[in-house]
Amino acid sequence: MKKFKFRFSRRAFAYPYMIFLLVFVVVPLVIILINAFLDDNGKLTFANFAEFFTDAGGGLTVLGNSLIIGLVTTVICLAIGYPCAYLLAKYHASSRVLVLLFILPMWVNFLIRTLSTKAIFMALDVKLGMGTVLFGMVYNYLPYMILPLHTTLVSIDHSYIEASEDLGADKISVFLKTVLPLSLSGILSGVTMTFIPAISTFAISEILSSSKIFLFGDAINMHFSKTTNSFGVGSVMSLVMLVLVVVSNVIVNLTSKDEEVKSAL
Amino acid sequence: MDDKIIEIKNVSKSYSDKPVVKNISLSIRRGEFVTLLGPSGCGKTTTLRMIAGFEQPTSGTILFNGEDITLLPPHKRNINTVFQKYALFPHLNVFGNIAFGLKMKLVPDGEPVEKRGKTVQKMRHLTKAEIADKVNSALKMVDLEDYGHRSVNSLSGGQQQRVAIARALVNEPQVLLLDEPLGALDLKMRKDMQLELMQMHKQLGITFVYVTHDQEEALTMSDTIVVMREGEIQQIGTPNKVYDEPANAFVADFIGESNILSGTMVKDFCVEISGHKFECVDKGFKFNEPIDVIIRPEDIRIVPTDSDNCLVEADVLSCVFKGDHYQVTALTIGDERNEIVIHDNVEVNVGDRIGLYIKPFDFHIMHQARLINELEGEIWEENVVYFCDGKFPCVSSLPEGTKVRVKVDFDDVELTDDEEDGTIGASVISAIYKGSYWQYIVRTDTYYDFFVDNDYEWSIGDRVGIKIAPEKIILEEVKDEEV
Repeated sequence: MKKFKFRFSRRAFAYPYMIFLLVFVVVPLVIILINAFLDDNGKLTFANFAEFFTDAGGGLTVLGNSLIIGLVTTVICLAIGYPCAYLLAKYHASSRVLVLLFILPMWVNFLIRTLSTKAIFMALDVKLGMGTVLFGMVYNYLPYMILPLHTTLVSIDHSYIEASEDLGADKISVFLKTVLPLSLSGILSGVTMTFIPAISTFAISEILSSSKIFLFGDAINMHFSKTTNSFGVGSVMSLVMLVLVVVSNVIVNLTSKDEEVKSAL
Repeated sequence: MDDKIIEIKNVSKSYSDKPVVKNISLSIRRGEFVTLLGPSGCGKTTTLRMIAGFEQPTSGTILFNGEDITLLPPHKRNINTVFQKYALFPHLNVFGNIAFGLKMKLVPDGEPVEKRGKTVQKMRHLTKAEIADKVNSALKMVDLEDYGHRSVNSLSGGQQQRVAIARALVNEPQVLLLDEPLGALDLKMRKDMQLELMQMHKQLGITFVYVTHDQEEALTMSDTIVVMREGEIQQIGTPNKVYDEPANAFVADFIGESNILSGTMVKDFCVEISGHKFECVDKGFKFNEPIDVIIRPEDIRIVPTDSDNCLVEADVLSCVFKGDHYQVTALTIGDERNEIVIHDNVEVNVGDRIGLYIKPFDFHIMHQARLINELEGEIWEENVVYFCDGKFPCVSSLPEGTKVRVKVDFDDVELTDDEEDGTIGASVISAIYKGSYWQYIVRTDTYYDFFVDNDYEWSIGDRVGIKIAPEKIILEEVKDEEV
């Protein structure tokens, strides 16, 4: 029998991480995959898929809602984030502190942030509902939109803008025909970094709507909680989520194939 | 005169108080190929960018066809630019890049019509077919007919260059600005593109303003060369004139090879260099005025020492074969020996004593830029004078606080390798070899330029320390009325 001989090479430095990946990423994924095909008694079944895709437990509706809310959140984040990132990039030298101010909320745990937001809304006597949930989502994910946009906009070579002016473009045309297309990769990664977490988020909607609005993340969370104990359906939903993430990433990577800035996810 | 297309009048530009272009004036004739030539940081690119409209002068005006365009934004100028790194849009293909300007363009649509007493000209964008026609003929002009659909990143440097030229020329500008466009190409490609650009200039008949630091490129391509240094124009002239009659030692040193020597005009038509007197064709200088003499290496003939033509004898230091000539370095004999570079087609041996002959016409004599370093200072305390942010020991009994004029001879300024060893620090900004010593210009941190004669070698950009022996500082009290 051939003996396995351990040779210490540079590759060895990767082993700890490989083991980490195996234990904490691959194994859980496999468990989820297996769980999706098991019923409560541990027998092989497709019932979990049937339950989810026939919307028996309202899973599809929740997914639909989540996608819509995720989309609206992303659009609002882009609408606020792009002008912010653009101005920050334009007045580059003096804007370091400003960028920091936009990023600063990311340093506070998002649960604390969300609970404080709720407290403020309560104090102001604002009715919790869709409006407050969207506010919470935008507030939470705006930095993830601004950061990649700012990075891309700052790295646009000024000579492109000059070339554009030189060829007869006024300020609006320079923006529409040069800056905007050149920042497309930033928009894409900003959108992915906002949209994917937004559809899978939990807690924000629960806290900021007093559990009236229920999103996909909340649904998965609920299925795995002790009271419902329906791991099978929860696993199917996790897989659906996974497929959505993979699909979004593939789309982003395809569209920004030639660009230097790939999706940061 | 209406054949001037661009007139730059007393234009200066500073960035946060640091002057980059200093009061330059220049006229460019319609159809001319003008090259702005100079070392990096001489203000040539800034000048070009002001013509393009990317920068606005701090003072002065720029006229285009007689109209003031100083403050006109770039997109309203009928001028296009070929950028140094091409700046081709990566999100557009070759066709899209070239069509960019055309899509922005508005052309008159039909005859002007009278409307409520005003003549109104309707404008329209070019049609797709018109754009395609123009782009295709532009591609044809730069020999890239089948490249329209290609992504710009898939092109070689030379091809990108052509696209950049096509993109600018397709808009039919009256002036084409080129900012070191050949800098990124290899030597062979550069030579080809030089010829092609000259061809295009001839065919299109439009004005080219070309920026380069490559003197050979400038001499090859231009109708007129504008030599710049430190934000100032040193000389404007045809390539022949700039080469044969450089206006000063800097131009001579920058363009082609030259021997630059110090001399004095003892009388009209006679110059003295290191104790030897030579016949020359210049006159009108002050008696015994110190001057710079420039002699091109190819203007010096090697003759036998006993020949009637022998003006001065020299010892050969080296002789190198250069293909079409020998490059000979020789040291003149006498009390003060000068190193001379000669290009001739005779071979000599190291150590040979040779005779040198130079036609009177080939001594190019010019005023020295400055005869002595002169600046304002103040007495700090007894035997200490303050200038250029430094306290220099001196010999003076003037009272503290007296304003003084400080004068220091070129060879009395000592340079030290270590900045800390000098009284003040400074950077070398110019170095010209003058046969037996180097003449440096060193700039202090307070932007005073010291002229320094020195035997040792420093490079441009080196940091040095400046020291002056106390007894060499000449001080004159400045009376208050004079200030």
